[in-house]
Amino acid sequence: MIRPQDLLCPRPEGLYCAPGDFYIDPVRPVDRAVITHGHADHARAGHGAVLATPETLEIMGERYGLDFAGARQAAAYGQPTTRDDVEVTLVPAGHVLGSAQAVVRWKGLTMVVSGDYKRRRDPTCPPFEPIPCDVFISEATFGLPVFRHPDDREEIARLLRSVAQFPERSHLVGAYALGKAQRIIRLLREAGWDQVIHVHGALERLNALYGRHGIELGPLEPATTARKADFAGAIVIAPPSALQDRWSRRFPDPVGAFASGWMQIRARARQRGVELPLVISDHADWDELTATVEELRPGELWITHGREEALARWATLHDIPARALALVGYEDEGDD
Amino acid sequence: MRAFADLLDRLSLTSSRNAKLTMVRDYLRATPDPDRGWALAALTGELSFDAVKPAFIRKAVEARMDPQLFAWSYDYVGDLAEAVSLVWPAQPGANREPDLSEVIEGLRTATRAEAQGRIEAWLDALPQARERWALLKLVTGGLRVGLSARLAKQATADLGDVPVAEVEELWHALRPPYEDLFAWLEGRSEKPSSANPARFRPAMLAQAIDEAVDFGKLDPTAYAAEWKWDGIRVQAAHEGGQRRLYTRTGDDISRTFPDILDALTDDGVIDGELLVIRDGKVAPFADLQQRLNRKTVDARLMAAFPAAIRAYDLLQEGAHDMRPRPFVERRRRLEAFVARQASPRIDLSPVQPFATWAELAALRARPPEGDPQIAEGLMLKRWDSIYEAGRPKGPWFKWKRDPFLVDAVLMYAQRGHGKRSSYYSDYTFGVWTQDAAGQRSLTPVGKAYFGFTDEELLAIDKFVRDNTVERFGPVRSVRAEPHHGLVFEVAFEGLQRSTRHKSGVAMRFPRIHRIRWDKPPGEADEIAALERLLVQMEGR
Ligand SMILES: [Zn+2]
Repeated sequence: MIRPQDLLCPRPEGLYCAPGDFYIDPVRPVDRAVITHGHADHARAGHGAVLATPETLEIMGERYGLDFAGARQAAAYGQPTTRDDVEVTLVPAGHVLGSAQAVVRWKGLTMVVSGDYKRRRDPTCPPFEPIPCDVFISEATFGLPVFRHPDDREEIARLLRSVAQFPERSHLVGAYALGKAQRIIRLLREAGWDQVIHVHGALERLNALYGRHGIELGPLEPATTARKADFAGAIVIAPPSALQDRWSRRFPDPVGAFASGWMQIRARARQRGVELPLVISDHADWDELTATVEELRPGELWITHGREEALARWATLHDIPARALALVGYEDEGDD
Repeated sequence: MRAFADLLDRLSLTSSRNAKLTMVRDYLRATPDPDRGWALAALTGELSFDAVKPAFIRKAVEARMDPQLFAWSYDYVGDLAEAVSLVWPAQPGANREPDLSEVIEGLRTATRAEAQGRIEAWLDALPQARERWALLKLVTGGLRVGLSARLAKQATADLGDVPVAEVEELWHALRPPYEDLFAWLEGRSEKPSSANPARFRPAMLAQAIDEAVDFGKLDPTAYAAEWKWDGIRVQAAHEGGQRRLYTRTGDDISRTFPDILDALTDDGVIDGELLVIRDGKVAPFADLQQRLNRKTVDARLMAAFPAAIRAYDLLQEGAHDMRPRPFVERRRRLEAFVARQASPRIDLSPVQPFATWAELAALRARPPEGDPQIAEGLMLKRWDSIYEAGRPKGPWFKWKRDPFLVDAVLMYAQRGHGKRSSYYSDYTFGVWTQDAAGQRSLTPVGKAYFGFTDEELLAIDKFVRDNTVERFGPVRSVRAEPHHGLVFEVAFEGLQRSTRHKSGVAMRFPRIHRIRWDKPPGEADEIAALERLLVQMEGR
């Protein structure tokens, strides 16, 4: 009898596959790694060999330099790779460009490692693909019933209303450099904002990378060249950490906005001095997490990181055996 | 409901006064009657519902979801209305989305049981968490979004480009949803009449004096000084057969103070301090509390806690509006007016003569025998000042007495709420008592949760965690021994006797003034020090 833990088990380095001798999203350098997506807490430099989607490999190269790993192997979505007896297929996770779930098959057993994922439409990456499985290994960053992200178009409309209401001020939107920033820019374009969007220097390389993958971001300019008065009525996108430092003082009386799932909680917004919280997240909210588990009805649910106790309880109440792995090292949609 | 919810949401996270003004103004411009009028009533505190209790909301949500999941959610968010608004399983389309006026009319006409049913149906129908949050804040009377009633009135006045004082003066002739007010401000009709007798006149307020800066610039002979009494600032009006008593924000409290209004025999409007006065002496604030917040009043209560007004100013005398006259003239007329009423229920706040600021400072530090010993401080009023609504810069100053200080020992710490929920930020502190055998122990005398910086909070939090003796739920007791513990210098505004506190005293407005990392707890104050202060305050 094959048990799931014979195929994948948690170790301090991350989820380990013994029969294939590789780790998934390890937090420390290992010989062989499968990387689900390019966020820094999942994709670290210094592994011996890395298997990932071509987009994720490109993102890692952009961030860490081309020598980020000893060997790189690209696997397009849906294209299986076999290591010893174990077959690994990367399928879209809908999280950011290149993000994937790792589908691991061995001796008739299918386990899916979701990586970070979301279920709603994102103009910058293909949607999450549900794969029937024996064990679904889910994230639970927003695994509490209070996290229910509204329609992102509503949030963008609130931003644009505020821009119209305060034409003499600039709007400074904090957004993570990989994924969130480009998604916000795309959503603004879809909402009809065709003016120049100013961007912080830390976003430029990833914006260009998204552009090369056919994601049209429209007219962008560095947020450094203009004079203070030129920023009146402007929208500026910057990494969240830039909102509170000296950098932001160049803008006229800025309205601080922050695009994050955490902005659902008013105390969180207040704590960061955010005036205009935009509840836009690249993670599944509570409804998406539970709907996904319900849809897949896996034999077992394992939860990697986040608020695992609530999701585990929900699964148990719905007769799905659940287990919290309590993996450490993954940030809660942290500071990128 | 969506526009109102968005407004509350933005207001609650915005600190700039100008930005708030813009938001309210834009909302009032874009929203049709009667919704905007109801919103204005809610923002100015004219509407307050306590249609439902928190326990009801909790029960309603627990009937819809797993109570354990709700408990974790509430614990995480820290605010009941917010947590419920987020987790509520919405059923959009179940009912029509209510607009604001529908909610308010619905609540005004409902019995408590009906109101509960309606609120649940509205929560089901509102698609956005923000709207559910606004609804819950409205129906639980917890609509605090950091916007003063005055700022809301300012935004309203801006619609018609008129001074806010004009709107404030009209205010008490108006009723929500203020359609006549908006019609006038938008140039569609005549100004609504403010000539209703015994209406509220917007109050003049004082600025806090900056001792380091202001005294150098002020001429002592241009100012009158009087004591700032520790009661409730009120306005009493008698006109055209109507008698009214208002708080300084214009709330009508006539019904609970018939004894005072009976004493106002002449036509006129006076500004003064509401106090309990027995045999010409001011009673402690706790006595006044016995009269406040009561719906009804009877002869027994009026006899036990005789309320009175100590008059500061005269705004109207007969048919004459005194407000454009200088204070020196108003004061002369006030003295004669109070003398004519000839009642112990209305007396005069004395003017305190002085020649130099140094002389006045000495008076403030050591008030003379009698009532001044429990005054909150001094008021300075320019003799030539007109009575001007609002808080103009320059004519009036308040100069509060320095707070009382005591060194007390940290005994218990409790987790805060919301963004402080991960810190021990509420502190109970105590002073030393001695039993008959001379054994010393600490007795709690108060609780404070502000007065320290974020950095200090981190340091105290660490101290609490490193020195925990016992835990009871969210509370920890900490080491508090003569040679080991933490001493706070606690500032407070006054003391009252209290049967609810084991120590027998209760502090008014205690806050952490300084953290005495250097001081051994054994050297903190004894209860005797507070008792002496109490006797001094009561006995005089
Ligand atoms: Zn991620």
